[in-house]
Amino acid sequence: MRRSKFSRRDILKGSSALTLGLSSTSVLFTSVLAAAPPAEAVTPALIEAAKKEGKVVYYTSVDLPLAEKIAKSFEAKYPGIAVRVERTGAERVFQRIGQEYSSKIYAVDAVNSSDAAHFIVWKRDGILQPYVPEDVAKHYAADHKDADGMFAAFRVGLSIIAYNTKLVKAEEAPKSHADLLDPKWIGKLIKAHPGYSGTIMTATYQLSRDLGWEYFEKLAQQGVMQVQSASDPPKKLALGERAVQADGNEYNVFQIKESGGPVEPVYAAEGTPLVIGPNGIFKNAPNPNAARLFQAFCFSPDCQQLIVDVGGQRSLHPQVKEKAGRKPLNDIKTLKDDAAAVEKMGEEIRAHYSKLFKV
Amino acid sequence: MTIAISEQVPRTVHGFDYTRVVLYGFALALVLLIVLPMSWLVYYAFSSPSGGITLSNFTRLFSESTFIDPLITTFVLATSTSVICCIVAAPMGWLVARTDMPLRRTTRLMVTASFVTPPFLGAIAWELLAAPNSGLINQAYRVLTGAPADDHLFNIYSFAGLTFVIACYTFPYVFVLVANALDRTPGDLEDASSILGGSAWDTARRVTIPLAMPAVLAGALVAFLQAMTLFGSPAILALPAGFHTMTTKIWSLFQYPPKPELAAAAALPLLILTVLLLRAEHMILGRRGYAVLGGKNSDPRIVPLGVLRWPAVLLCFGILLCPVFLPYGALFNAAFSRIASQVISINNFTFHNIYFVFFELSATKLAFYNTFVLGIATATLGTILALVISYLTTRQAVAGHRVLGFLATAPVAIPGIVLGVGLFLSYTRPPFVLYGTLWILLLAFLTLSLPAAYQQMQSAFRSIHPELEDASRILGATRLRALREITAPLLRTSVIATWCFVFVGTIRELSAAIMLFTSETKVISVLIFDLNESGDLAAISVLGIIMLIITFGIVALANRLRIGGGPVRLRNY
Repeated sequence: MRRSKFSRRDILKGSSALTLGLSSTSVLFTSVLAAAPPAEAVTPALIEAAKKEGKVVYYTSVDLPLAEKIAKSFEAKYPGIAVRVERTGAERVFQRIGQEYSSKIYAVDAVNSSDAAHFIVWKRDGILQPYVPEDVAKHYAADHKDADGMFAAFRVGLSIIAYNTKLVKAEEAPKSHADLLDPKWIGKLIKAHPGYSGTIMTATYQLSRDLGWEYFEKLAQQGVMQVQSASDPPKKLALGERAVQADGNEYNVFQIKESGGPVEPVYAAEGTPLVIGPNGIFKNAPNPNAARLFQAFCFSPDCQQLIVDVGGQRSLHPQVKEKAGRKPLNDIKTLKDDAAAVEKMGEEIRAHYSKLFKV
Repeated sequence: MTIAISEQVPRTVHGFDYTRVVLYGFALALVLLIVLPMSWLVYYAFSSPSGGITLSNFTRLFSESTFIDPLITTFVLATSTSVICCIVAAPMGWLVARTDMPLRRTTRLMVTASFVTPPFLGAIAWELLAAPNSGLINQAYRVLTGAPADDHLFNIYSFAGLTFVIACYTFPYVFVLVANALDRTPGDLEDASSILGGSAWDTARRVTIPLAMPAVLAGALVAFLQAMTLFGSPAILALPAGFHTMTTKIWSLFQYPPKPELAAAAALPLLILTVLLLRAEHMILGRRGYAVLGGKNSDPRIVPLGVLRWPAVLLCFGILLCPVFLPYGALFNAAFSRIASQVISINNFTFHNIYFVFFELSATKLAFYNTFVLGIATATLGTILALVISYLTTRQAVAGHRVLGFLATAPVAIPGIVLGVGLFLSYTRPPFVLYGTLWILLLAFLTLSLPAAYQQMQSAFRSIHPELEDASRILGATRLRALREITAPLLRTSVIATWCFVFVGTIRELSAAIMLFTSETKVISVLIFDLNESGDLAAISVLGIIMLIITFGIVALANRLRIGGGPVRLRNY
């Protein structure tokens, strides 16, 4: 049964063969009340105030080495302000913030989540701080930022199929999600968990919407190795533990491939789930100035180029160049993202998933 | 000084025991420590998310296969682990305590090493060794036999694999209990048997084994409970294999949106089962004399093994390969290798992993600081608590001492993660807002380490016959003086060993910590668990090795403290 919330056109759009790129993304960033505060430049006064606070606490779901690189690059630009990275899966980040806030513990300054639905909840709960860095105001399309200035798309990634080139020949590699259901992949697949990873939550929603839950029902019969983080399948591929990942971060595959690891991305014929990871800061941030400075830094061309070059992410900043050797985002057929739907159906997706995969 | 006072005061006051006030104070603290979170647990188990009393949590628990399956899995897992541990550890304990096998001291040290190895670290190391495709052992197997690329010798991501790994780090509990019992059993009973014409086998069957039996049974029980309440190893190995144990199931119930009611209900059967087992243990052991260290004593008798001496050593070290040598080797390999599944060579040797942990990972320093503070505080407070409670219960010093003993043992039945929730519920509201501070973790670790510490101290107390104290008191000493001059010196090594025991237990605690930590109060075990979920095996290896070095450092330090007669021996673990 199709959920009536989505028009047939949405679904067709999502699965149509045409390149969608990012122009059609996101119900997420539209708002009835367009009341974003004016853009704020990074002033010496802000830097001074941030330095007085001396630190910023960043909860993020981006892969740890990359998160620490972002932190180090911020610390290099603004000496005297230490970044403490708190990395776990997006769904855990969400749970942790909920848990802390319900106990009135305000430890987090800035947040990044690969499940954009979380920002809908935080915004609705009124715990986000409106703040629009100059870069966001000038360079980010309306589709890619919150109309009320609460958050903007820090990173874009894909959840892709990939394989270990030592274990699988290119011609034998799967070309689509349907290919993964071939009996020859029994015991050879690995995938991450939507109860942990925001990327996989988003991807599971999109795939179950466009391919139907039958796809997951069949996939669950393939003896899949179940890991938690979307960063883990590419790492296990590189180790040679499994031959093919059914889902996982594109950016880790890039990182491993570009450092000589035996992995190769696959862009599925049905389309690849598109994952948007916004950044925001909190109203009750313990280091409000450092939080602003950090948020501004995250959307600067420097940082955006860093997450692309080193991290293998996709950026929405128009000044950022894609790295040579990677398939440009606009050439990839992606599934349509819909954070609002993920927000509504998250629990159902989790329950359905654990019923099928037993964990 | 005490005597001088007692001579001056009137005779009626002489009888008043000031220690009693202190003792009741401790009792109260214990009640608060354990009863408060447990009450919340029970309350939640019987309430519905919308409030109100209900049995629906239990109906779901015993009707839905998503709960029944983990329940059965856990029971089978705990039973098989317990049996394996006894089969492996009891003979080893005997070899080390009662034979002339060479390298006995080294064997004990190695068992200690496996004891102090955090089970989750062992599980991760065994992933490196026996993951079906990338595991080093399976790679070696394919190279040596020419087996095809997807063939494997071991699959650690399986029920058998999980049982094996848990047994690897649980058997020391049985070993230590057995070896200790045999160490303490005086040789004169066996001598008597020999003198009266009993053969070596008769002596073993009629004297040694019955004397060791309580320890084996107690060990089996501890192993069962340990396996039942373990969280880290199942979370690491069972989830990739596609099944849940009770602990991982309970943990998964706290994923968003959290269902504490169901989790509390799922924890209660474990609690009840443990209570029953403890009752059973009491019935088995209750009638037997435990006191083997009295006023008269003689050395244990050593059995000569003859030609079997070296095969016995081989057997012990063959067993120790699994919990110690192989996993440590795998961790070292991963720490210095560019790719964790490749054996170190000139091409892939790297210091990058170490650099990453110390200079790039921003959580490292704080996690170490928190772990240290908590380890020391928990060990100190836990030992004091255990000491007092075991004194009260073994000497039956206060009315209601049985309740105290029960309370001190009860946390063994509470999966850390559930205690974590109980504490979370208790200490996130006024007047005690402790969440987000190290205090709540301290309470959790203290509660969790209490049963083990209590068991240690209790067996130490039990092995000292009250006749020694009684003699002192008959001669006019107060209870405090008897404690200070008779009991304390006899207990010193046990106290220090318990301190170390609690310390190493605390720094490896994961399941409660994972519920209670915030970014400011992260500990190393949680950091390692986080890293495992994103597959950063190299960083884990570095952190794990550092953790092991710290642990061994503490143990060695305790070992070097020369108190009274000689060094503290690790046998007291």
